[in-house]
Amino acid sequence: MSAPATDRGLLPVTLRVERRLGTPRWLPLAATLAAIGAALVLSGLLLALIGADPFAVFAHILGASFGDLYVLSDTLVKATPLILTGLACSLAFRMRLWNIGAEGQLLMGAWGASAVVLLGIFPAGTPGIILIPAMVVGGMVAGALWGGIAGVLRARLNVNEIITTLMLNYVALSFLRFWVFGPWSEGGFQQTVQFPRDAWLGRLTELSWLIPDVAGMTVHGGFLLALVAAGIVWWVLSRTRTGYEIRLAGDNPQAARYAGIDLKRKIVLVFLASGALAGLAGASEVSGTVHRLQDSLALGYGFTGIVIAYLAKFHPLGVIVAAIGFGALILAGREIQPAGIPAMIQGIVLVCVIVADALTRYTLRVVRR
Amino acid sequence: MSLEVLLAAGVASGTVLLLAALGEILTERSGILNLGVEGMLFVGALAGFKVGLETGNPWLGLVAAVLAGTALALLHAFVTVRLGADQTVSGLALTLLGTGVAMVLGEGLAGGGTGALLPTLTIPLLSAIPFLGPVLFTDQSIMVYVGLLLVPLCWWWVERTRPGLHLRAVGENPTAADALGVNVIRTRVIYTALGGALVGLAGATITMAISPGWNANQTTSGQGWIAVGLVIFARWSPWRALLGAWLIATIRRLALDLQGPDEILGIPNVFHLYQPATFFLDMLPYLLVILVVVLGSREAIRRRLGAPAALGVPWHRGERGL
Repeated sequence: MSAPATDRGLLPVTLRVERRLGTPRWLPLAATLAAIGAALVLSGLLLALIGADPFAVFAHILGASFGDLYVLSDTLVKATPLILTGLACSLAFRMRLWNIGAEGQLLMGAWGASAVVLLGIFPAGTPGIILIPAMVVGGMVAGALWGGIAGVLRARLNVNEIITTLMLNYVALSFLRFWVFGPWSEGGFQQTVQFPRDAWLGRLTELSWLIPDVAGMTVHGGFLLALVAAGIVWWVLSRTRTGYEIRLAGDNPQAARYAGIDLKRKIVLVFLASGALAGLAGASEVSGTVHRLQDSLALGYGFTGIVIAYLAKFHPLGVIVAAIGFGALILAGREIQPAGIPAMIQGIVLVCVIVADALTRYTLRVVRR
Repeated sequence: MSLEVLLAAGVASGTVLLLAALGEILTERSGILNLGVEGMLFVGALAGFKVGLETGNPWLGLVAAVLAGTALALLHAFVTVRLGADQTVSGLALTLLGTGVAMVLGEGLAGGGTGALLPTLTIPLLSAIPFLGPVLFTDQSIMVYVGLLLVPLCWWWVERTRPGLHLRAVGENPTAADALGVNVIRTRVIYTALGGALVGLAGATITMAISPGWNANQTTSGQGWIAVGLVIFARWSPWRALLGAWLIATIRRLALDLQGPDEILGIPNVFHLYQPATFFLDMLPYLLVILVVVLGSREAIRRRLGAPAALGVPWHRGERGL
């Protein structure tokens, strides 16, 4: 199990890099925190290298995202789609299925939710209590189908899902553009008309008649939906037979096959569910935040979901925490120049997390010869 | 728009896909999956453009691009080969990192002109061949010829030389290769770095030859990912990579060209009847990639040909693989 010592020095002891047999419970969390710390230091060094003041940038990010209750509300708005894409990635990654298409599934979800409103399925004046659930379902179905394409291709024809999900991201964006530039365009602009009020998810500010302090807070019902989704994903993964089978298939596909688990069905199922979660993110964005469909909707949420999933070690509760952190980064990042800094920090975080992850699997031991 | 002009443009822009795919083939043949192609392509494109712009010397830009691609690839090699981390995630991290770094360092360069350009060449004699001459050998960028030369060179190196045999052994069965005295770790690091160098070269080909200039996040338009798909279609063979690169690039080009003229072959351009319909043309290259990967996967199943057996599996001496 261990690498043989190559150093045959004069000392009676030697250092060996050994694989850990068991991991202490505190280690993964400590490693993640260390990774985040290392990522901050590295990002700071890179920022200093390009002539920015890292302390000013970090202070700005903290102030602009957690400074008071209003910006905290804005942070939660940004975190909402991230929780859902983070869950989408976590669920798929847990079975070692690389769904990198949350971005496209989110766009299709936004399209599906918009179609419910704009295709005139419901007569004008339909109350929100019918319209909004219909939009949520529309978004989830569209996202699920989009994810399902990659799932079926993987299950039936063994087609690499990384490629298909990625390519479908580009296809989804073109599809969306066709609708917002074409049939649904508002007077030639690249966006649809604003949805009727009944299609808007409730926002906290609407409770200001009850609690005056929340006036102006834009956090919306999508955040609650995301929390519920996180709860459901947690419950399914850790408390149901299906979840157990998904985890087993992820940890040891061969054992899962011997145990009689139908892997192909599980693959399609996981892709449908993963796509539905990302689709819900899209529905929540159009219904809760922008109130119309436009092509500048995704902003890399699907890719940030990958980083979030890894940072959270695929645990739904961790996804919520990590998503709020990245929501802050993205919110504050809008005003930071150069514009690529949030993306760069995300990359550095992911590299640090996987390095820390790999290091926790090994231990240095002093061995007597 | 004649067929020759279209194909010549396809060959030119296919060089980006070809160089990136050749790099990824070399890396994957050693058993290392590097999904960071898009990120390496980005930093290569930026390094080439920026150094070319500031020094006025495209060759220095080329060197910078190769170094930038290699540097990112070495990070991947350290994380996956040395530490044995998951190759898929490390590659994704590399793509995020490379894209972010290129965006940060490229701030303000977009729309700032074309910078230094790599020279174009017309090959005497060969360019006189009917059809093939105008398509392949007339007024093409020097990188097109580099790509054309690298295809047989890669094939010969991998399939016909002793180091190539070692490379394949490491990718198929690292434990056996190790028992025969091949340095598995070193081989994997070298070919991961070499792959990064070629992808960096591909990046410089974008910004200094094919579509000169820096277009911020539009610069690569997913070509790094297309190259990863191309490797699967190519079944890790340089020759099929050449074929696939030309095919996909020509379709990409065609999708652009069809949006322009009012008439195609004497028929009014249907896409001009309803302009937004051109967005369906934009989907074509990406759908085509899915199609060729599906075809490649089917053929791989049917003929029992597959990826290098140890692709994506970490290896440490004395430990059993997954």
